Amino acid sequence: METAFAGLVGLLFATSLYLMLSTKTIRILIGIAILSNAVNLLIFTAGRLVREKPPLIALEAYVPEAGVANALPQALILTAIVISFSFFAFLLVLAFRAYQDLGTDDTDAMRIAEPVGEPGPPQGY
Amino acid sequence: MAVSDAEKAVDYALAMVMEPATAGDWLVVLPVAVPMLAGAVLVILRHFMRWHAAIAGSGLAVLLIVDVLLLQRVLAGGPQVMMMGGWLPPFGIAFEADLLGTTLACTSALVAFAISLQAARQVNTHERRYGYYPFLMLLMAGVHGAFLTGDLFNLYVWFEVLLISSFGLLVLGSEDRQIDATVKYGILNLLATTLFLIGTGLLYGTLGTLNMADIAVKARDPEVQGPLITLSALFLLAFSMKAAAFPLNFWLPASYHAPGPGVSALFAGLLTKVGVYSLIKVLVLLLGPQSANLSAVVAWMAGLTMVVGALGALAQSEMRRLLNWLVIAGIGNMMIGVALQDELSLAGSIFYAVHSMLVMAALYLAAGLIEDMTGSGDLRRVGGVWVRHAGFGTLVLVLVLAVGGLPPFSGFWPKAVLVDATLAAGAPWLAAAVLVSGFLTTLAGGRMFIYAVWRGGPEGTPDGTVDPAAAAVAPDASRFLPVMLLTAAVVAVGLWPAPVYDLSLGAAAGLIDPTGYIDAIFGERP
Repeated sequence: METAFAGLVGLLFATSLYLMLSTKTIRILIGIAILSNAVNLLIFTAGRLVREKPPLIALEAYVPEAGVANALPQALILTAIVISFSFFAFLLVLAFRAYQDLGTDDTDAMRIAEPVGEPGPPQGY
Repeated sequence: MAVSDAEKAVDYALAMVMEPATAGDWLVVLPVAVPMLAGAVLVILRHFMRWHAAIAGSGLAVLLIVDVLLLQRVLAGGPQVMMMGGWLPPFGIAFEADLLGTTLACTSALVAFAISLQAARQVNTHERRYGYYPFLMLLMAGVHGAFLTGDLFNLYVWFEVLLISSFGLLVLGSEDRQIDATVKYGILNLLATTLFLIGTGLLYGTLGTLNMADIAVKARDPEVQGPLITLSALFLLAFSMKAAAFPLNFWLPASYHAPGPGVSALFAGLLTKVGVYSLIKVLVLLLGPQSANLSAVVAWMAGLTMVVGALGALAQSEMRRLLNWLVIAGIGNMMIGVALQDELSLAGSIFYAVHSMLVMAALYLAAGLIEDMTGSGDLRRVGGVWVRHAGFGTLVLVLVLAVGGLPPFSGFWPKAVLVDATLAAGAPWLAAAVLVSGFLTTLAGGRMFIYAVWRGGPEGTPDGTVDPAAAAVAPDASRFLPVMLLTAAVVAVGLWPAPVYDLSLGAAAGLIDPTGYIDAIFGERP
């Protein structure tokens, strides 16, 4: 099971990297959304995938029995999902606003902060 | 199943800190709590914009006092620990204030306080209405959280806190070039923190712990070397991107000049230094033995960052864009400690970080004032500042000399230490890179001084004469207070470097030998 998930995570990383290499903001954003999901799945898989054993500690024991899925990575993902979702929402609005105001979704054409072809610094008074 | 009452009684001391937290313990979390509370108050009072500057200013003043008190405690009694929720380490989230984090936290609070004085006059009502001051306070909470936390995942969370506040500050005002800058800044920084998250997850998978002191112990186990070397490469990638080290620096010159000077100064003073701090903390303190394998890579990155940053500054014709590249040149100097990993070079790097925070924030504020006085940031169209205000011109000269690393100002000492350390470590080419970068930085800064301050007026004013428009205007002296405050700190550190040098040396010693850091967490355990 973990092997299959590892393959899936790799596939998601490849997809997101390919999308982020694009110059269009919307593709980059989809790439980022997939990347954050890939990371979450990676951490989730690293914490063991077990369905049969509930992570409960027996009454007379101090630790859960061996082979139970680790709950901490799941807690980490929960935090990471919330954060990455809010960032994605912000960036989505930002990209839309950039498209409205700058009139382009091509990052190569977004050169307002760093204009193209400006002359060099002055050489004398 | 029948269980007797005696068996039912749980021994909490096995898992929890039993003794109540003292007032001194609370001091460890106050640097995060104070700006957060002030930020919350500002959000509640969002309609009372007249009070915003005063609330933020006093919040930051309290923060500075708290930081100094904490620094005193750390100096007296070693790293201070507070366990969140009282769970015993390594299970609870720890806040651990060591000398490195506290020194940088103090400097950042001083810088933010000075900037808030400036902002009171420069931030317009429009920006205030959309929350300049709450963002500023939350950014400070994020920065302090990152400096003080003792938990790797918690560091990631603080990174996100400061990142989302910085997005807000960067885009505040919604001008076209700010939106353009935020797209690039936002996407690349989010990518960097995601890489950091991957590293954190895999590190937990390898070592089974997220507590920094625990990681520092377990990473010294020879069994796990292979995966940890890979992970330290991943952390190097993520944090270099946050710190804007070459070749991952290109988001910085695209974004830092876009917002107002107050925000630019804040970013230049604080954000990249958090990246450098994390590089030092994770690669030296936590994964020191592993990242030593990457020493050559980091050294090359450091050298190239210094030279590329200085060359980039020479190619700019707008003042704050020129300063963007000087920030990058400084990052190269700070990475030498990570490359060489000995006490002297780390002390130099930490000293440089303190110097860079002060001087870069002051330079951006000064550039903002020049823009206000002359109506332009373009080197062709500025001039005549000396005629308007010779005192302010002197401040700019001091700052320019300090950023170039000339004595007797604060830039000289860390560079001297770094040259000394690189020569002692047998890397003379790195010493050469420091000196060449310092020389080019002086040229770039000197260009800014000559064009903006020294000459009589903008391009076209005949040589040796004074632009009549410049001579007529005499700006209000009180506006220069923040730059004066920061410049005074720069001069003080330059003339009396021993306290900061001792702090840096102590912080570096704590990084090379993590025993004190580890004992502060685990010391009380049987």
